[in-house]
Amino acid sequence: MDDIDRRLVNSLQDGLPVTRRPFDGLADAVGLGVPEVLDRIQCLLDAGVLSRFGPMFNAEQLGGALSLCAMEIPEARFEQVAGQVNAHPEVAHNYAREHRLNMWFVVATEEATQAADVIAAIEQETGCKVYDMPKQEEFYIGLKLTV
Amino acid sequence: MTRNQDACRKGSPAPSGLDPVDRQIILATQAGLPLTEQPYDVLAAELGLDVDKVIARIRAMQERGVIRRIAAVPNHYALGYRANGMSVWNVPDEQVRAIGRQVGALDYVSHCYLRPRHLPLWPYNLFAMVHGKTRAEVMAEVEEIAALLGGHCRGYEVLYSTRILKKTGLRIKVD
Amino acid sequence: MVLTDTDRELIAAIQQGLPMVSRPYAAVGTQLGLSEAELIVRLTELQNAGLIKRMGVVVRHRALGYRANAMVVWDVPDNELERVGRLLAAETCVTLCYQRPRRLPGWPYNLFCMIHGRERDIVLRRLAQIIEINDLQAIAHSVLFSSRSFKQRGAHYAAITPGLPVRRLSYG
Repeated sequence: MDDIDRRLVNSLQDGLPVTRRPFDGLADAVGLGVPEVLDRIQCLLDAGVLSRFGPMFNAEQLGGALSLCAMEIPEARFEQVAGQVNAHPEVAHNYAREHRLNMWFVVATEEATQAADVIAAIEQETGCKVYDMPKQEEFYIGLKLTV
Repeated sequence: MTRNQDACRKGSPAPSGLDPVDRQIILATQAGLPLTEQPYDVLAAELGLDVDKVIARIRAMQERGVIRRIAAVPNHYALGYRANGMSVWNVPDEQVRAIGRQVGALDYVSHCYLRPRHLPLWPYNLFAMVHGKTRAEVMAEVEEIAALLGGHCRGYEVLYSTRILKKTGLRIKVD
Repeated sequence: MVLTDTDRELIAAIQQGLPMVSRPYAAVGTQLGLSEAELIVRLTELQNAGLIKRMGVVVRHRALGYRANAMVVWDVPDNELERVGRLLAAETCVTLCYQRPRRLPGWPYNLFCMIHGRERDIVLRRLAQIIEINDLQAIAHSVLFSSRSFKQRGAHYAAITPGLPVRRLSYG
């Protein structure tokens, strides 16, 4: 990877404009023609430095709901409650974490209204409170690999 | 080159049912955009649509937040960034949006959200997932965020996951 | 594991389904000259050895209204295949997940999974959720919706002949 490749890797992660010729600005910035820039990007994809290049979709804006939930479970009941929570097909990504709130999971439903039902059911079955922490605002999604 | 800031998106309910043209575009771009000088022309030809319409639809989806950005994604996990921690911060409500944007813009923060407090047990309103090659690196990054927040930070913690509890389905073995 | 003739008869007897009676294992056992308990022990051993994946039902998903049926194919870096495969397989709406060799240059995908949903929009939502929850934005993938269902039933392993090696399907 030379300096130009590095600049491409950094810029491509920030995003390209939605225009007829989206690579023109990038090519100008690095002082190359667009075909050469495209070749370099292909090499970076082939080398696995970058993977997918395209639109990044927001699951919630597509209509589904993703709600982060937490519970405080006494140690003695932990396995049992984990089983009860996991039994709900809408529960994804159930993790134990080091905190008083020691069980964290995501409730993924097709419609936003369904999440509340799932949460209520879990509370009833387990007798434990579910702390619902939905996304109120999203600031940025994405890791940047600055090379 | 300045970074294209994603517009901040509220977690508001999305319309039910995708517009059929939007759905076509979403499907056709799951695998990524064609790597050509005029990728939307190629996409439009594939879909039998006018290129201006395709561009307008994609811009509209970006406005609505359905598309975050058109970008390349590096595979951090494959490159050794296996440590992560959920850092949570108690920031005054009046400053949380500005601070959230700053923290989200950090290279090693993958997800940054505003979430509700649950007092008194949970006083945190800002969540930032922090990634690094090692836990030590993650801890150092959290210290950076704390320094960035300065006096605006009323408290913070970093929660590490100890165990994945979710149900296991089929386990895949290479045969 | 060595398959006995009784094992082969057992597999042949159940692969088209269990008898719809209140004690199906007793019924099959009687057929084979085994007690109910012996049959259950043998079935469990076959399952533990990986020769029987799972005892379950094959659902006619279309009849239940699950009309959209997407095959999502992924190009996963080799050293991440197991990790990503497990994440996908653990998702409730993923009904199949298996590895396949790439067919380069045109077909770089090495992990296939099936997602069912009542309609295409639901499937796309689920896929987006799966990607977001499991941090799979970096994994290249493509979505193929099936248009017509010609046949849908489980595989039938006909004529299990003594002496032929049995291919192990390692599912734990």
